[in-house]
This record gives sequence, C-alpha cells and structure tokens, in this order.
Amino acid sequence: MSNFFKETDIDTSQAEAIVTETLKNCDDGELYLENHKSESIVLDDNKIKSSTYNSDQGYGFRAVTGEVVAYSHSNDISKESLRKSSDNLKDTLKSKKGTYNHEIPKTNSKYYENINPIESKTFDSKIDLLKSVNNYLRSKGSIVNQVTANFLGEHKSIEIIRSDNQILKDDRPLVRFNVSVVLEKDGKKETGVYGVGGRQSYDDYLKDGSWKDVCDEAFRIANVNLESKSAPAGEMKVVLGPGWPAILIHEAIGHGLEGDFNRKKTSAFHSLMGQQVASEGVTIVDDGTLHQRRGSLTIDDEGTPTENTVLIENGILKNYMQDRLNARLMGTKSTGSGRRESYKHVVLPRMRNTMMLSGKYSQDEMISSVDKGIFAVSFGGGQVDITSGKFVFNCTEAYEINNGKIGSPIKGATLIGDGPSILKEVSLVGNDMKLDPGIGTCGKAGQGVPVGVAQPSILINKMTVGGTKL
Amino acid sequence: MIRDQEFLKDIASYCIENSKKLGATDVGVKVIHSVSENVSFRNKKLDESNRADSFAVNLTTYIEKKKSSINSSDLSKSNLEKLIERCIDATKITPSDENNSLPDKDLMSKEIRDLNLYDETHYPNDKKIEFLKKVEETASTDEKIINTEAGFTENKNNFILANSNGFLGGYKTSNFSSSCVAVSRINGAMERDYEFGSTRFLEDMMEPEEIGKIAADKAIKKLGPKKIKSERIGVIFDKRISKGILSTLASAISASAIARGTSFLKDQINSEVFPNSINIIDDPKIEKGLGSQNFDSEGVETNSLKLVENGILKNYLIDTYYGKKLNLKSNGRSGGTTNLYFENGTLSFKDLLNSEKKFLYITETIGHGGNIITGDYSVGASGFMVEDGELTYPVSEITIAGNFKEMFKNITLANDLEMKYSTNAPTLLINQMTVAGK
Repeated sequence: MSNFFKETDIDTSQAEAIVTETLKNCDDGELYLENHKSESIVLDDNKIKSSTYNSDQGYGFRAVTGEVVAYSHSNDISKESLRKSSDNLKDTLKSKKGTYNHEIPKTNSKYYENINPIESKTFDSKIDLLKSVNNYLRSKGSIVNQVTANFLGEHKSIEIIRSDNQILKDDRPLVRFNVSVVLEKDGKKETGVYGVGGRQSYDDYLKDGSWKDVCDEAFRIANVNLESKSAPAGEMKVVLGPGWPAILIHEAIGHGLEGDFNRKKTSAFHSLMGQQVASEGVTIVDDGTLHQRRGSLTIDDEGTPTENTVLIENGILKNYMQDRLNARLMGTKSTGSGRRESYKHVVLPRMRNTMMLSGKYSQDEMISSVDKGIFAVSFGGGQVDITSGKFVFNCTEAYEINNGKIGSPIKGATLIGDGPSILKEVSLVGNDMKLDPGIGTCGKAGQGVPVGVAQPSILINKMTVGGTKL
Repeated sequence: MIRDQEFLKDIASYCIENSKKLGATDVGVKVIHSVSENVSFRNKKLDESNRADSFAVNLTTYIEKKKSSINSSDLSKSNLEKLIERCIDATKITPSDENNSLPDKDLMSKEIRDLNLYDETHYPNDKKIEFLKKVEETASTDEKIINTEAGFTENKNNFILANSNGFLGGYKTSNFSSSCVAVSRINGAMERDYEFGSTRFLEDMMEPEEIGKIAADKAIKKLGPKKIKSERIGVIFDKRISKGILSTLASAISASAIARGTSFLKDQINSEVFPNSINIIDDPKIEKGLGSQNFDSEGVETNSLKLVENGILKNYLIDTYYGKKLNLKSNGRSGGTTNLYFENGTLSFKDLLNSEKKFLYITETIGHGGNIITGDYSVGASGFMVEDGELTYPVSEITIAGNFKEMFKNITLANDLEMKYSTNAPTLLINQMTVAGK
C-alpha cells in the first residue's frame, strides 16, 4: 500500500492501474512519489538571519522506450493530474513499442535509520547551539569579523510504483551543519569554512561539544589564509591531502565514468574500457552502501539497491556507473546509480561516495620528495568539461613546498588538469585514506544531489596551478 | 493551463488572514504557478519530453521583530493551515532582530505597467520537434561534428505577491528558450560548444539554423587546442563570459555583502572603481527584457539605476533588511539585479583585437574561483591566441588569475553590446592578467 494517496481522490490500486496501462508498451518507467520536508536555520552577523521550513510533495511519471524518455511531473496528486500526465507520456511515445523489463533486484540491507532529523532536535536547542557557536568563535578575539552558522536538515520519503504493482520505498534523513568565519587582521580579510553531516540526527555529529571542533577547524583555516602569499603560476608537483580533496577524483574521473556520457560517446573515457587509465596502485570505487554517509542510498531513485561499484582497479578501467536506461542500452546492469534531485527531475546516472583506496606511502614521504610544488589540504568546489576532459578545483587551504619542506600558505588558486591523463600522473598513493566530513553536493544538468568522497594523500607529478606569481 | 490571478489571490489572502488570526503582526506571501514544457533531441532523434506543472507558496510571518518562513508546493487549505501554524510557532521562539520588517509603505509599487513580458502563444511539442530537427540538421553538416543535442523549453508563469500592509500585485511572464550543444572530434580528441537563445516572445527566437550553425562552428574552431606558457598578458573576454564581470560586481555591491563587511568594494561608494569611461546600468523597465520586473521580490518599486557612472560606484543593490542595517532605503533590489549592462564602449571588436600585438581571447571559464571578500580571482579557461588582430589557434588547460580591484580598473570595452541575457556586456579587454599554463 502506498502512503501517498490518503487525502486524495485516488487509491493505490487505481494509481497502479494507471501506471500499468501507461507503461504497457514501454521498455521501462515508473511513478515516483516523493514527500520532502526540510529546514534551514541560519545565524549570521550576530542574529538569527532566517528560519525556514519547506514542505514539498509531488510525483514524477516516467515512460521510457528505446532511447526516449517521456516525463511529466506535478505536485497535484490526483486522478485528473495523473491521467493528464499519462496522456502526455503516451502521446510522446505513440510511435514506439517496447517490452517492459520487470526485473528489479531486491534488498534487505538498510544503510540508515528512518528518523526525521528536523523533529529529533527541538527548534530551541538548534537556536541555542547557533548562538553558542557565535559566542564561542567571537570569544577568540577581535580579529573575528563575521560568523555564519547554519543547520540544514531534511527527511525525504519516496515510493516507486512500477508496472504490475511493485512498490519500492525508502525514507532518507540528511543533515548538514556548517560554520563560516571571516577574520580580519591588518586590513586583510580571509574566510574559513567547515561543516559536517550525513544521514543521521544532528546530535550524532554535534554531541559532547564536537560542534566546537567544527568551529575550531573553520577558524584555523581562516587564520592560515590570513598569512597567505600569492600563489605560484605554472606546472608543478602537487601533493593532495586525504579526505575532501578527493573531489579531484569526483571531477576528473567520476563524471567521465557516468553511463550516459559513455553511451552517448561524449565522455573522454568512452573508448577506454579495460585499458590502463591510471597509474598502477590506483583503485577507485563508487560506493552507495556506506552506513549513514551523505552519498549513501539503500535503493537508488529507480528502486535498484545500491552497491560498491569498482570503477578503476589497479589502474585499469573496469566499470561505468549506470542507471537502468543507460545500462539497458549498453547491454549491462544498473549499478544502483540512478538518481534525481527530486520528483521534478529525470533520473540520471550519478555518483554516490567516490573513493580512491589507500596505497602504501606516507604523506611525509610524498612531501619530502618534492623540490618545488604545492601541498593542497582543502578545496572549495570543482567543475569538469567531460568532453575535453579538462577539470578545475579551487584550493581553500594550500601551502608551498620548497626542497621537501612545507612553506608558507598560499592564496586560493584554481588548479587545472586533464581528466584522462591526470591519474597517470599519480606517482605515489598514501596509506591514510579518509572520508570527507559529509558536505558534498554534486551538480549535473541542473540537478544537485548529496555525495561523498574519500582518498588518501596522493602525489601528482604535474598539474597547472593558477596563481598570480610567475 | 496557467492558473489565473484570482486563484492565486485567493490563496495569498487565505495565508495572510490565517497568519494574522494566529497572532502574526505582519505577513508577506508569494504564490506562484508555473507550467513548463521541454523537448530535447539528440543526434536527430527525440531524446526526452518533459512537462512540469508546479505550484509554490512562500510565506513569511512576523510577530513584532521576530520572523520565520515556510515554503510549500501543496496549496490545499488543510496543508496550508498546518504549515501556517508551524510557521507562527517557529516565529514565536525565533529571537527578534530590530531590522526585520515589511518594506516601508511609501516605497511599494503603486501601479503595474505592462512591460510586454507575457506571450500567450503556445508552441506545441510537434512544432518544437520541427524546430529542433532544423537546429540539429544545421549543426551536424560538418563531418567533424559527431554528436549534437538540442532542446526547446516553453515556460509560462503567474504569481501574486502580497503583504499585510495591503500590497497585492502580480502578473504573468513567459519564456521560450532553445539551445544546441555540439561535440566535434579530430584525431580522437573531442571538444564541445553550444549556442543558446532565450526570449519572452516566441517571435523573437533566433532561427533554428542559426543556433545549430553557431554551436557547430564554435565546437569545430576549438579542435586541437594548445597549452601555452605561463605569462602576463592582456585577456579579452568573449561576450558570452564578459557579463560574468557584472555578476561579480553585483555580488560585491549587494547591501548584504556591504553590511556584513564581506565585500572587496566595502567603503568604495563614490570612489573610482572602473576607468572613467565606464557606465553600468540596471534597468528593470525594458520592454520584453529577460530581467524586467515591475517590483522586486518584496513588492518595492524598481526603477533604472546607474550603478557606476563615469567609473564611480554610485549605488549599492539594496533590500529592506540590509538597507535598515546600512541606514539606506531599499532601491528595489531585493532579489538582485534586473537587466544589468555595461553601456557600450567606443572601440569596434576589430579595433580591440588590434590594440596590441598579442592577446589571449577567452570564450569559456570553468570553476568558481572568484572570492568576493578579497577580490582574488582564479579560474580555468579556454579560448584562442590573438596575434596581429587574428585568432590564430585554440588554447586550453590554462588558468587566468588576478584581483577584481585591479581587473576592474583595467577594463576596455568594445562597442558590440547585445541585449541577449538579463546581464549583458560587450566584448571586453582586461590588461595584464596572469595566465598559468606550461
């Protein structure tokens, strides 16, 4: 039974009948129903700047035949609206004929609890904590110029009704707690940002004063940047720290290994399956099954259970990430990577938690091997052009390396590289793999979805650093 | 079909009345309905068709100087009743802030002018399909083009904005947009480029053949790029990206960034920020303008503003809340700029390219490397080398870097401004930026 038709003029079996009838000549498709509650509470400039509660519900009805996707979505869950959507889908696909693929794997695994983080912490205690964050950071001295802190919490319930009445359900909590601090010293201003989150309650991340660690880290980064000098410009060796810098992997490799770009042959990786695309010792996976991680999913947005997909094994390209449509057209199986931002969006193959696994070197060995280069500890965001393979990301904490020693901090600079060749430039893989703190959102085709990344420290032989100092 | 004003007004009034009944002293509400139809093609075949029918209500309640908001897509009164109650409960326990308030009554928009923002023409999907066939047909003429994608979206929107001071206004808008992405290949290496048109009226849309041809030409021209050596060089920004300079300016002069002290332009009002030949205007009342509006997102009247006059920063972008912090009146920029543009420069595009022996001409940047607090800028880029006024070869995998404060002072504008987006700039040159390459 579905939970979505209670206060509507339609019941589960009537909805199922519409789905089955609409999809009878299609290869695939489903009715996706979603109820999404979220909150955002922001403290800024010593005040509670905003508190917002969002409640959104709707459906996305999809019919797929061959390569064609017909989609119709609405927030009006009613007989008339569903009928209208159904007519719309049938009209788009009227000249096509497909055979419905009923097969969908089942799972008993669950990677997070069904809790609603918004309700599991009182509004008062959230406001109090934000005030404590503000007081704590401002007590660090008059160099603290600005403090912003916020809670973002959500609970999403989804149901997928497939042809012949299969109903698949998932309930997904997600939280994020973020702190940003601006410091001012001698007329110079710099920012530090840090956050934590995942698919648990707020208090799992903030208890026993661990919120102070988040503040301390944001403060530390801003403080380092106050001392920063102009970044160098040109090609040099780059050591990346463990954890969040793995967004390099996400941008440089991850997007290029999504099924749609490879089916369409627009990815720089589309002809490289089975070939050496990275140095030996480099293994990269995309794992949706890590407990309570931001990028984890029990089932994806097509109902397929997620898995741990090996993308690159010891340097060899092994798999792409697939949703059902691209898997079918490429003659393979969905890897449980079919995701959508909401019922308003079509399914695309997307990353979950993308990780480079540990090797055997220590970070010290890497740094001491570099004559001239940079050591990048943290990043803002990144972007990739999957066709040319060029990707960038912005350092938010980085240092010069001179003669094997870490030198002064450098200003935020963009690093640019070439996706298909960058992993061949990885000469040392560290033994210190770390997950990011749970803050990533990946954008593709206008859709944002939560993701995670992980990596050990790595040494890259050659990358272009976009500073101003020649 | 798009719902009418009466339907939206009824919901807005319901929200205001119920909020007041439960104890709100002030209320602001926006109710929106939008219908969007999109068709996309890939390699001359139908790829996706998408129909969206969306409602939204955004409600903010005040109890004296306390404030809280809710958003919902479910307009049923039973749902709204629950959410309003929740909103009031949250408002009661949110700490107060002396700057929280509805806009001053005398600043509110008094009359709604027809700015020609709504075209009721419906372009049926089979027409869209015909259009896209032509786009792709033209885009794929050259054998170096190995992949094309094209899309057409039609959007109809209606809204009501209301508050408990008696303001109530809204109107319909429409948008038609079409795009083409072409992928070219030579010797196994691929490049991608695009063209995009967006208009309020269907009749103003670019010809499909033009969209396809521009996308393909651009993708082919990019083939076989070189990485250049790191150097200091003048950088010319193509019109597609030069408008990004204005977006940066807009962020840096928003009242929020100024009041919070997080802008590299703090304390620069009435100072020279650009060369004295430069004027920057934000005009909300342009007929058919993509950024046109009668009033801002709080209902405050918006009029044309000279943000920069003869190189001097004249105005911030001010909303009610941050205006109060700065002791300034809202100038109707809650929600940001409207139709923002540089007034044309004096040099022709050709003369600009010839003004030095050598330039880097950038057609695309990637990454988010602008820092509004420090003004530091560093992004990935691709484009062409310009030697003796000619584009000689494509360039990629480089970065360009500088600081906005100096970049702004070193801008030279061409005279080729077109009003194609909501933010528009002519081709522009920034003298002496650092390019990092080999």
